[in-house]
Amino acid sequence: MVDTAKSLFPRLVAVTVVIAMALVPVLGSRAMVQDLFMVLTLLVLALNWNMLAGFAGLVSVGQQAFVGIGAYGMFAAVILWGLDPLWGILIGGIAAMVLSVPIAFFTFRLNGAYFAIGTWVSAEIVRLSLAQWKALGGGTGTSLPKGTTKSMAGVPQLKDWLDVSSSAAADALTYWLALALAVVTLLAGYLFLRSRMGLGLQAIRDNAEAARSVGVDPVRLKALVFLLTAFGTGLCGALLFIQITRVTPDAAFSVVDWTAFVIFITVIGGIGTLPGPVVGVIVFYTLQRALADYGTVYLIILGLIGIAVMLFARKGLWGVFTARTGIELLPLRHRAPRRAR
Amino acid sequence: MIWIDTIVQGVLLGGLYALFAAGLSLVFGIMRLVNLAHGDLIVLAAFVILTIAGALGLSPFVAAVLAAPVMFAAGWLLQSYVLNRVLGDDILPPLLVTFGLSVVIQNGLLEGFSADSRKLSAGPIEAASLSLGPVTVGVMPLLTLVSAVAVIIALNQLFYRTRLGRAFRATSDDPVTAGLMGIRPRNVFAVATGIAMVVTTIAALYLGIRANFDPTIGPARLIYAFEAVIIGGLGSLWGTLAGGIVIGVAQALGAAINPEWQILSGHLAFVTVLLLRPRGLFPRAND
Repeated sequence: MVDTAKSLFPRLVAVTVVIAMALVPVLGSRAMVQDLFMVLTLLVLALNWNMLAGFAGLVSVGQQAFVGIGAYGMFAAVILWGLDPLWGILIGGIAAMVLSVPIAFFTFRLNGAYFAIGTWVSAEIVRLSLAQWKALGGGTGTSLPKGTTKSMAGVPQLKDWLDVSSSAAADALTYWLALALAVVTLLAGYLFLRSRMGLGLQAIRDNAEAARSVGVDPVRLKALVFLLTAFGTGLCGALLFIQITRVTPDAAFSVVDWTAFVIFITVIGGIGTLPGPVVGVIVFYTLQRALADYGTVYLIILGLIGIAVMLFARKGLWGVFTARTGIELLPLRHRAPRRAR
Repeated sequence: MIWIDTIVQGVLLGGLYALFAAGLSLVFGIMRLVNLAHGDLIVLAAFVILTIAGALGLSPFVAAVLAAPVMFAAGWLLQSYVLNRVLGDDILPPLLVTFGLSVVIQNGLLEGFSADSRKLSAGPIEAASLSLGPVTVGVMPLLTLVSAVAVIIALNQLFYRTRLGRAFRATSDDPVTAGLMGIRPRNVFAVATGIAMVVTTIAALYLGIRANFDPTIGPARLIYAFEAVIIGGLGSLWGTLAGGIVIGVAQALGAAINPEWQILSGHLAFVTVLLLRPRGLFPRAND
């Protein structure tokens, strides 16, 4: 049973944090905006991966396929079709969702752990194929035309309103989009898991046979989650590369940047818990700042923490916190139906 | 004529991929463990051979013989103290632990050996070649394929002719019943991973002599190895050899058409085989 008083306070904190973060471009420095932008995009990727691996049992090591195709979709929209980058984000998301159909068709044949390799190979195939797309620079990649981000829809107005340079206004716009995407992804994930379908998904995770016997179709539900998380990941990929402004197949499909980091963030924070990725991204960012001067050591430490969490506390930091304090943010349990007398 | 030559080179390359894959196939067959760090363990073994060969001034072949027990011990310890703890019905923990391990090994090697490309130097044998009828083949690639076949014969003998092999098969079929018969599954798993690491050392020897290597190339080797295992059919060692050869020939043919297509055509061959035969060419295990 969820204690209302206990869960009300954390919710107030969460709302305050979101408002404070929304004010960063107005009050904070530009470096801070850019830093937090990366944090927020990693959070979006982690929320999507958590939904896949933590709730649908689909351990994908190929999410970089959707980040990359999202980025390339956005670049194609801007460079080849002359659209506004903001439309490009939507096109990137749709491209990722379309791509997820053949990938799901192929990888869903593979059992359990081999699904992971299947997704990875799929991502490699997409990377190697896009490296052949000469109009977008082939293997060496391409940049957004100069001034694209400065003339994005809304940037000139923001520039006047905030009284900053065009590039700072563009940073603010992408930052707010990232914040909105993160909040929407988190809430959508919560509502989905609280829904009938989400209940079915958790039932499959806990006991596939029992779930099937009461009419839950595992393949359909998992395919739906795969499709939707591909869309979210693609949107995020497109948004990321508006800020980065240069795309190469290796950067857009980087397994370390878009999948390894995301896996560690989720695992450390608490896989299969909704606030887990949020906690994970804070730990990740703190570590990154503290160990910035040590290069690879930082990745080694991240890997070791990930291993330790899996060995000793499988629900991550958030799981430990919930077990110790009983505080639940975004609880997923349902009240048991009252028995008829 | 050029096509025959290309296919023969592809088959020889497939021998190397089969060596990458044999250790993975062995571990999966016995404990259903998917080791995402396998590629990085191959690279680690290559650096161990390099270090021993450099320190003692030995040929890489002799150094590999010395490296094998070191890698066996590493595998035994890894399985006993880490991987045995996460085996179970849930596939998530072993996947994530081996993924973490992969990142740790890769960056540990970067820290210790820098990102420079290295090579194991085997002397004049590297350039030697043989004329076999219409085609000429390098002695080293041929030796790689012969070693792959030898490793697979040896593993099959171990599996079907020895007491240890019987324990492997029994544990693979039903760990609980095997436990009742006095076999300790965890010890069996530790020995199996140790043996897989010895096979990995052999793979690393040929990887290091054939081409340059650096700490970051592990994941790509892992993908080729997995493709070979899955194409061959899970749990079948001869299938793994066949899978390696399919990938090798596909890559050689792709490269002959356009050098940029080498890796892509290997992946596409993998996808095609899986679409036609979802359980691989020679499926054995029912899973």
